[in-house]
Amino acid sequence: MLRLPRFKYLRPRSAREAAGMAAEKGARAMFVAGGTDLYPKLKRRQFEVDTLIGLDFLGHDIRNGSTECVIDAGVTLSAASRDSHLKGGFGGYAEAAGLVSSPPLRNAGTIGGNLCVDTRCNYYDMTYEWRKAAGFCMKKDGDICLVAPSSPRCWAVSSSDTAPMAIALGGVVTLVGLDGERELPVSALYRDDGIEYMAKRPDEVVTSLRLRAEPGLRSAYVKLRRRGSIDFPIAGAAVAARMEGDTIAACRIVLSAVASYPLDAEAACTFLKGRRLDRETVQEAAELAAKPAKPLDNADLSHFWRKRMVRVVVEQALERLSDQPGGFDS
Amino acid sequence: MKVVGKPLPKVDAAPKVTGRAVYADDMLPARTLHCKILRSPHPHARIVSIDTSAARRIPGVLAVITGSDLPVKFGILPVTQDERALEHEKARYVGDPIVAIAATDEEIAAAACDAVAVEYEVLEPVMSIDAALATPKDERIQDYGGPNNVHKFVALEFGDVEGGFARADHVREDVFFYQGNTHLPMEQHSAIATYVDGRVTLWSSTQVVHYVHRALSRVLELPMHRIRVIGAAHGGGFGGKTDPFAHEIIVAKLAMITGRPVKCTLTREEVFYAHRGRHPVLMWVRTGVTHDGRITAMHFRTALDGGAYGSYGVASTFYTGALQPVTYDIPAYRFEGCRVFTNKPPCGPKRGHGTPQPRFGLELHLEKIARDLGLDPVDMKRRNYVKPNTRTVNWLRVTSCGLEECTQRVLEASGFKTRERRPGRGMGFAISSYLSGAGTAIYWNDMPHSEVQIKVDRGGVTAYCGAMDIGQGSDSVLATVVAEELGLQPSDVRLVTADTDTTPIDLGSYSSRVTFMAGNAALEAARKMRELLVQAVAGAGKRYEEVSFEEASVLAEARFGTLTTAGSYTPPKIAGPYKGSGVGPSPAYSYSACVVDLDADARTGLIKVNKVWIAHDVGRAINPLLVEGQVEGSVYMGLGEALMEEQVFRKGLHKWPSMLEYKSPTFLDMPEVETFIVETDDPEGPYGAKEAGQGPLLPVPPAVSAAVYDALGVWIDEVPVTPEKVVEALRRKDKGETPRYGPQRFPAIPYPETIKVDGPVGHQDGTC
Ligand SMILES: Cc1cc2nc3c(=O)[nH]c(=O)nc-3n(C[C@H](O)[C@H](O)[C@H](O)COP(=O)(O)OP(=O)(O)OC[C@H]3O[C@@H](n4cnc5c(N)ncnc54)[C@H](O)[C@@H]3O)c2cc1C
Ligand code: SF4
Repeated sequence: MLRLPRFKYLRPRSAREAAGMAAEKGARAMFVAGGTDLYPKLKRRQFEVDTLIGLDFLGHDIRNGSTECVIDAGVTLSAASRDSHLKGGFGGYAEAAGLVSSPPLRNAGTIGGNLCVDTRCNYYDMTYEWRKAAGFCMKKDGDICLVAPSSPRCWAVSSSDTAPMAIALGGVVTLVGLDGERELPVSALYRDDGIEYMAKRPDEVVTSLRLRAEPGLRSAYVKLRRRGSIDFPIAGAAVAARMEGDTIAACRIVLSAVASYPLDAEAACTFLKGRRLDRETVQEAAELAAKPAKPLDNADLSHFWRKRMVRVVVEQALERLSDQPGGFDS
Repeated sequence: MKVVGKPLPKVDAAPKVTGRAVYADDMLPARTLHCKILRSPHPHARIVSIDTSAARRIPGVLAVITGSDLPVKFGILPVTQDERALEHEKARYVGDPIVAIAATDEEIAAAACDAVAVEYEVLEPVMSIDAALATPKDERIQDYGGPNNVHKFVALEFGDVEGGFARADHVREDVFFYQGNTHLPMEQHSAIATYVDGRVTLWSSTQVVHYVHRALSRVLELPMHRIRVIGAAHGGGFGGKTDPFAHEIIVAKLAMITGRPVKCTLTREEVFYAHRGRHPVLMWVRTGVTHDGRITAMHFRTALDGGAYGSYGVASTFYTGALQPVTYDIPAYRFEGCRVFTNKPPCGPKRGHGTPQPRFGLELHLEKIARDLGLDPVDMKRRNYVKPNTRTVNWLRVTSCGLEECTQRVLEASGFKTRERRPGRGMGFAISSYLSGAGTAIYWNDMPHSEVQIKVDRGGVTAYCGAMDIGQGSDSVLATVVAEELGLQPSDVRLVTADTDTTPIDLGSYSSRVTFMAGNAALEAARKMRELLVQAVAGAGKRYEEVSFEEASVLAEARFGTLTTAGSYTPPKIAGPYKGSGVGPSPAYSYSACVVDLDADARTGLIKVNKVWIAHDVGRAINPLLVEGQVEGSVYMGLGEALMEEQVFRKGLHKWPSMLEYKSPTFLDMPEVETFIVETDDPEGPYGAKEAGQGPLLPVPPAVSAAVYDALGVWIDEVPVTPEKVVEALRRKDKGETPRYGPQRFPAIPYPETIKVDGPVGHQDGTC
């Protein structure tokens, strides 16, 4: 059986204390919330740390104000997916949370952990023995990329379901680090790098996510995966739009699992602004949105097929924005 | 009948669902050592040297062994004794066991494995059927078989094939591919051994205690009476635990060296390497038919990608050609099979052993022929169905056969003939047949295939049998048969099973043989026991039905002394008069028919199965609940193979040896299944029963592919039918090319000259 390595488990009482511990231990320590991403990876020796810093102190509340909704980082994905405020005002976010992995993992996994979830690659998400046999890659223990051998960088895939949705909704996270608290748009939380995929400092704890309510705001998330449960996304589209009547006043489309970070489809959004959601517009927007997606051969199914599917998920997400039965007024 | 035919819960249901059942990995006797196995990181390599000195120095390490400690080769089939528990000469796939270490805990054993230095001379790996047929760049994988990396050829011809083709109005050829896949049992393989007073005892998650017993004796060089093999509670096999395995031999050896209990539980990744799963099979088939669709001759060729060792492969090769004539009356039949060695984990038997692949090809091939002729595929198939009580052209004896009734049931229930026609929605139909136990044992002998003893005393009744319940319910069937004969409930019957010290031999849970064979043995033993009891009760002037079981047993024990009876079952000698006729004969064949309804999205290629109707001729359902469970489980597994499961390799490595990446359907992917049990009362089965565990898988993959054609007008001539293949086939269709995705050609294989065999006279007359 695959066993967890031995580690020390620290229990700070506050984010500030946790940040202090993280700064002191450096790369030897990691934060753990639900552990649903972390523990399997420790078993496979993808992470080698001797200390875990527990984040049990994180809040578990969802606070809904008139203009914003604040979700504590300790809220489980199950709770987020069932919350009536979120389902009402930020439907796409609740949807995305409810589509992560499987029911038992959603009961343990947190929304904070989901924002920080490691990037994935099917050369990397393997046991130590397998990786040793394949030849280690630069994300862990090696110095080349097995997917794109001539590339100087790692292309592991951003695989969070809720991060693209949080970005599409203009979400902002609160970070607590050694130097105190700061706020950062979720869109600024990531970098285009499969290894150093987070832009926050390693000692910073995500303590909450803030979503802003706006009149006429609609959102939807469409996830593509092989099976009805368990699987990570192999493509996904998060769409949020502010409607004025039946035209789009503002919108944001963010793609999951087609790059090392949640990919903002800006061209499509510029195009959609001021237009009505008829069939042609949706198709053209989806075409534009899919263009920057460059999936590689390191996730389930072929990357050619995944690339083709990006357009489909964007279309489906845009269709879902429309209230009319049947979806279109074409 | 009182209990036969009743949907009673399994006798072992409560311990399984409450966690009381003791699996091998649950066992932890005092001072148990834990074993880890270092495996080859190379698909093909000579082993130059193995330095274990650093590993031995690690505190907590008690024993380190290599191939030179276990040099004797073994293998399930007497003709292919080609495996070692540990290899010290050559590694043949990534995962081949090289060094085994026993330590006080698992982490220490793992760390010690990492400290072993093995020097390899890397050889060119052989990773495909084509590569195996070609001249090897470095050297052959095995030093037997050939030419090149060919393991086994089969070439048989029955009846006048040339004449049959000459007589045909239409001849068609097709090529199909069935990808390999694995069993994915919930429980990983696990074994624990002790060595006390010069005797080895092994508890293992195995399907075949008797064969493990034989292999241990051979490799450990101990007589069988100094070895005891016990089947621990079982968490699923599906054929994946039907070989003797390296880890079973290793823990026994380590226990002998250390004098302490030693346990080894494989990781999920190691289970993918132990494998013995479905062979990838490339197929070519050519059939001649008359205008009205009657088959005049068939020529079937298969090429099996066997992986690195023999395993059951010789039998698998025969099976890819044996059962085609058991569903369709083929008056002249030629079969050429070839198994090759490749540098992959060895393939072997998985549910349906060697027959789902040709079934997939055969069913789709006939669909296409019917369309060529402008006939309804279902009608054309029915016109060719075999009849009960006949012999096939390859000499297989068909007795009870509910094919027609199965067909009627699923066609009616699904509304197949009047189905709604709209793009993207389709239905597919297919049939199949499977053995109720192989007619011959793995090693040649004249002894019974299954034996049962019954003991009755004041304390009740106990039945003893070597059969291993792997979840299919063989314990429940044994208890039901004994209970029925003695007028009891199954829960009244105590069972002692799968223990080579205390139970008489049963060959094991493979080839769907246990209900049929152990059932018949139990029936004989129970009837003898009933006879004793009835006599004794009659002697006291009463009738058996009037007295309590306890009273009857007291009367009988007083009269006859210790009450034991025995029964055994030996299959009839019905094999045909030719070399190679041992694979295929069975005392009875089950039959199935199925309809799959699905939606296939032309844009994405994604498939959603809406419903499956399946009818299965089980002869007689001794317990309908168990039969339904087996049928539904088979449908589940068949859908997995049809739509997503694939054991594939990249750069010499298994691409995804994990349950997250190797896709198998979840609850949410499983459609509603409507099962129809068809009873044909087989003349030789216990109470008329036949098999249920494997046959119902077979029609599912071809029915899925036929339904995709029905929905989108494209043929996917290989499994799994993945969305990318559907999209690609549709692209070809749009471009005016052949609307098909599948293998383009069948390789040139130097099959030997066929052995020509006359078919039995009047084989479809209904007189055999
Ligand atoms: C079989 C399986 C399937 C899965 N499928 C999906 C899927 O479909 N979609 C998906 O998005 N995810 C999936 N996951 C990943 C994981 O379950 C989720 O991403 C989950 O939300 C992670 O949350 P957690 O609380 O368990 O994080 P943890 O495992 O505790 O932590 C994950 C990472 O985030 C860091 N971290 C956690 N919380 C914080 C915080 N508050 N501040 C700073 N750093 C933090 C940790 O140090 C760690 O690096 C799957 C996992 C498995 C095992
Ligand atoms: S993308 Fe390349 S470097 Fe990154 S994890 Fe995959 S193989 Fe390794």
